[in-house]
Amino acid sequence: MSAPAYVRSRDNSRPRSRKSIALTLLMLLFVVYTLVPLLWLVINATKTQPELFSSFGLWFGSDFALFDNIAQTLTYNNGIFVRWFGNTLLYVVVGAGGATLLATVAGYGLAKFRFPGRRAVFAVVLGAIAIPGTALAVPTFLMFSQLGLTNTPWAIIIPSLISPFGLYLIWVYAAESIPTELLEAARIDGAGEFRTFFTISIRLLAPGIVTVLLFAVVATWNNYFLPLIMLSDPAWFPLTVGLNQWNAQATGVAAQPIYNLVITGSLLTILPIVAAFLVLQRFWQSGLSAGSVK
Amino acid sequence: MTIKRSSSGIRRSAAAIVAVAAISAALVGCSADAGSSGGSGSASDLDAALEKGGTITYWSWTPSAEAQVAAFEKAYPKVDVKLVNAGTNTDEYTKLQNAIKAGSGAPDVAQIEYYAIPQFSLSESLVDLSQYGFGDLKDDYSASTWGSVTSGDKVFGLPQDSGPMSMFYNKTVFDQYGIEVPTTWDEYVAAAEKLHAADPTKYITSDTGDSGFATSMIWQAGGQPFQADGTNVTIDLADAGSKKWADNWNRLIDGGLLSDIPGWSDEWYKGLGDGTIATLITGAWMPGVLEGSVPDASGDWRVAPIPTYDGTPVSAENGGGGQAVIKQSKNPALAAAFLKWLNNDPESIKVFLEKGGFPATTADLESDEFLAQAPEYFGGQKINEVLTAAAKDVPSGWQYLPFQVYANSIFGDTVGQSYANKGNLNDGLAEWQKQLVDYGNGQGFTVNK
Amino acid sequence: MTTLSRQQGLPIPKPSRKARRDWRGWAFVGPFMAVFLLVFIAPVIYAVYLSLFREQLVGGNAFVGFENYLLVLSDGKFWEAFLRVLLFLVIQVPIMLVLALAAAMAIDSARLHATGFFRIVIFLPYAVPAVVAVLMWGFIYGGNFGLAANINDFLGSEVITPFTREWILPAIGNIVTWEFVGYNMLIFYAALRTIPTELYEAAELDGAGPFRVITGIKIPALRGAIVIAAIFSIIGSFQLFNEPNILKPLAPNIITSYFTPNMYAYNLSFAGQQFNYSATVAIVMGVITAVIAYVVQLRGSRKEDR
Repeated sequence: MSAPAYVRSRDNSRPRSRKSIALTLLMLLFVVYTLVPLLWLVINATKTQPELFSSFGLWFGSDFALFDNIAQTLTYNNGIFVRWFGNTLLYVVVGAGGATLLATVAGYGLAKFRFPGRRAVFAVVLGAIAIPGTALAVPTFLMFSQLGLTNTPWAIIIPSLISPFGLYLIWVYAAESIPTELLEAARIDGAGEFRTFFTISIRLLAPGIVTVLLFAVVATWNNYFLPLIMLSDPAWFPLTVGLNQWNAQATGVAAQPIYNLVITGSLLTILPIVAAFLVLQRFWQSGLSAGSVK
Repeated sequence: MTIKRSSSGIRRSAAAIVAVAAISAALVGCSADAGSSGGSGSASDLDAALEKGGTITYWSWTPSAEAQVAAFEKAYPKVDVKLVNAGTNTDEYTKLQNAIKAGSGAPDVAQIEYYAIPQFSLSESLVDLSQYGFGDLKDDYSASTWGSVTSGDKVFGLPQDSGPMSMFYNKTVFDQYGIEVPTTWDEYVAAAEKLHAADPTKYITSDTGDSGFATSMIWQAGGQPFQADGTNVTIDLADAGSKKWADNWNRLIDGGLLSDIPGWSDEWYKGLGDGTIATLITGAWMPGVLEGSVPDASGDWRVAPIPTYDGTPVSAENGGGGQAVIKQSKNPALAAAFLKWLNNDPESIKVFLEKGGFPATTADLESDEFLAQAPEYFGGQKINEVLTAAAKDVPSGWQYLPFQVYANSIFGDTVGQSYANKGNLNDGLAEWQKQLVDYGNGQGFTVNK
Repeated sequence: MTTLSRQQGLPIPKPSRKARRDWRGWAFVGPFMAVFLLVFIAPVIYAVYLSLFREQLVGGNAFVGFENYLLVLSDGKFWEAFLRVLLFLVIQVPIMLVLALAAAMAIDSARLHATGFFRIVIFLPYAVPAVVAVLMWGFIYGGNFGLAANINDFLGSEVITPFTREWILPAIGNIVTWEFVGYNMLIFYAALRTIPTELYEAAELDGAGPFRVITGIKIPALRGAIVIAAIFSIIGSFQLFNEPNILKPLAPNIITSYFTPNMYAYNLSFAGQQFNYSATVAIVMGVITAVIAYVVQLRGSRKEDR
């Protein structure tokens, strides 16, 4: 088996690279832009509801209520937040996992096989995603309602299984990183197409798959509009819709603003994504270097 | 590189599209009619239904719902009420609308605000409760709330709360700048000028254009811009009352005397707490919100009657709503029985009041206990005396449009532009009227013809 | 047909020469397309069906042919919304992509301290749900108590006024840029990582400076990724909805119910119950978007052939 020699090894193997302070400082500016809103979130997660309205936004209040807020967030309304968290996890594992699998298999198929209708797939997928999803919500809702899927987890999971962007990304990756000669060799050895895919190709695709998985996880985690339309029972809400419902409590007759819980809940919502990024990033790098070692 | 599509590819994808079209058409074909249940019934059915028991779903976002449902289930153990918070106001209506259109998924009982009831009753989505003898409950409720849930002899729901308008003012701010409590709109405008001149960071009130507020203010000024008789609708947003309000409010807009903090935002709550917003012209349900969410201002706020144009006390309803039985319900008798308990049984109303709600029931509006309440937050003032007096001063005859939810959604596009441009509110109202007439006629109503 | 050279990441790479022409590919693509048909194509076809009817609140449903399409084409609100997102797109997308590109190159350059830190921090906003992002920026934009108010106080004049007609579009553009720079950065970064080391070594032997490496090697290698990112950003801009919609309560008169085509379609169907007309707006918008995305794809590819 010939190794894909063009896959670059880690950057520190490049001899000429010298660290640049100026560049680092420039990037730090970028980081400040990125972090100021997040800083607001972290600071305000330490405030009580009354203090949110009475203290300056970018500095701490007199009490440090972070742990109180976390406890309240987790127990408010019989611990509905924990339930939402579990729902989101379910949607992410099944939805994003499934989306990555479908996109990987299909992207690979598009890159490595020439079959009738292949070009139509590109046009159809591009054309369909160009139509605004928000406006298709009603047709989709009515269809799902006829199928008995509304107000069930399936109404969220099934649409999450499609990641057009993932499809394109894997398509590009597969075309570049899997030498056709390798597949030919496997075929000569008598391996079936799927066996070849799962034993050889999938490993070469690892960086691409991890990227797609990361995007799919975040997209599912942040999925807002579809669950808003499809679900009426908060017991099936994901975190985003739940948080927005908490936010909407501040409006109208019998308003009960719980911004402190919205803010703390938002912070808790972001943390798992950060963790997922850190974990996936490891695979991502090792995937790349594994390719270069072979 | 370009995409070259082979003609065979096109033909095949066309075939696939046709196949999917067939599937979609089949799905469209079996789209069901809205539920056909909820035909005939009688008052005795309610007790029978409670006796028999069963399960119903109740959509509500009101904070008292959970305790009320618990109390109901305790009183009627055979009935299981599944409480769902499907969203706050328009979020819930969207879901309700979708479920009604889809033919399934709607609850048995739903919370609907007064302004939205005509929209749902006109589309025949609500059960007429008069068949269960609900017409006899008329005298239990204040006249204006009863009028909001009925149409002729038909009863489409029971009122839960009410919001007769009063003026909430920050006494600390008023005292600091030596401002008298205004009783007429002229005095109100003068107070606004005085306050803003003394401290440019302070405003008499905040208003960026709110359809609920504007319609209530027109109501108070004696306007009746919306009249609907079945599908015959009359819209006149230039009637005497509408014009009276617009001319009055124009003075505040022209003078830059209104704060541009949007209602219900976190800045708004801050502004209520620190004196930036000195008064609120709003419904009687406001004390609960102030006490619960603006604790910093405890002791600052007081309540006074809403200012008038000529000294004759007159108010209007602002906000509030009730519950209705949805036609999709498979057990309308049980749903109606629950609804009757929810908004008519003293035990339920007691729970509602404990959670800070303002009642629609005359017995509670007139009860000595209720009137004697003197909350610390309002400096020991007997605020309910002022608020319930306002309930008696609400003129009758007001109607909302049978498409008020839509009307409110384009308020910002039209009247809101007058606010944004510091323009004439009458122009904004005229534009609102124009778009509403077009919409109504386009939807098959007969508007202004 | 040209063979795909390795450093070109194209939206539609052609299969290598020896790939097989047979139906086996469908075994791989089939499952994706089956779900895709259910959740994308079927609703689109249903929407096309809906667009040919008009259902009234009073008076029922009637077949109207292409009448809805004629109405959309002469609908001032629709075109106002369309021009607004077009303006948004023309300005915001290039800024965002250039920033993302610069960040990706900086992180890939090996001349940066603490690369891992920058990579995750810049990606982080993408992990923030739009609801939360708008909440945070809403505070910062607040002209009375927010950060904008503090800056204005400091400067002594009303310099930063995001919730005005002039500044609302830049204000939304800023939120969108903040949310999606990291996402695009990661796409570019991943593409940069596939550039063969030999190319750099060859460039070094030729004595090419860093600037030459960027224009001669990195940008061409990134073209495919740029085209994809541009297409998806264009689609995203045309479908702009979440940010203005969640921001609307803070600027109720500036952000109208037809601020973007997507908000217009949404309000038509959910506030106005004009499902048929809403579906028509969606389809017209979809066709325009698809055509523009397709043109970008073609142009992006044509440059390759030079």
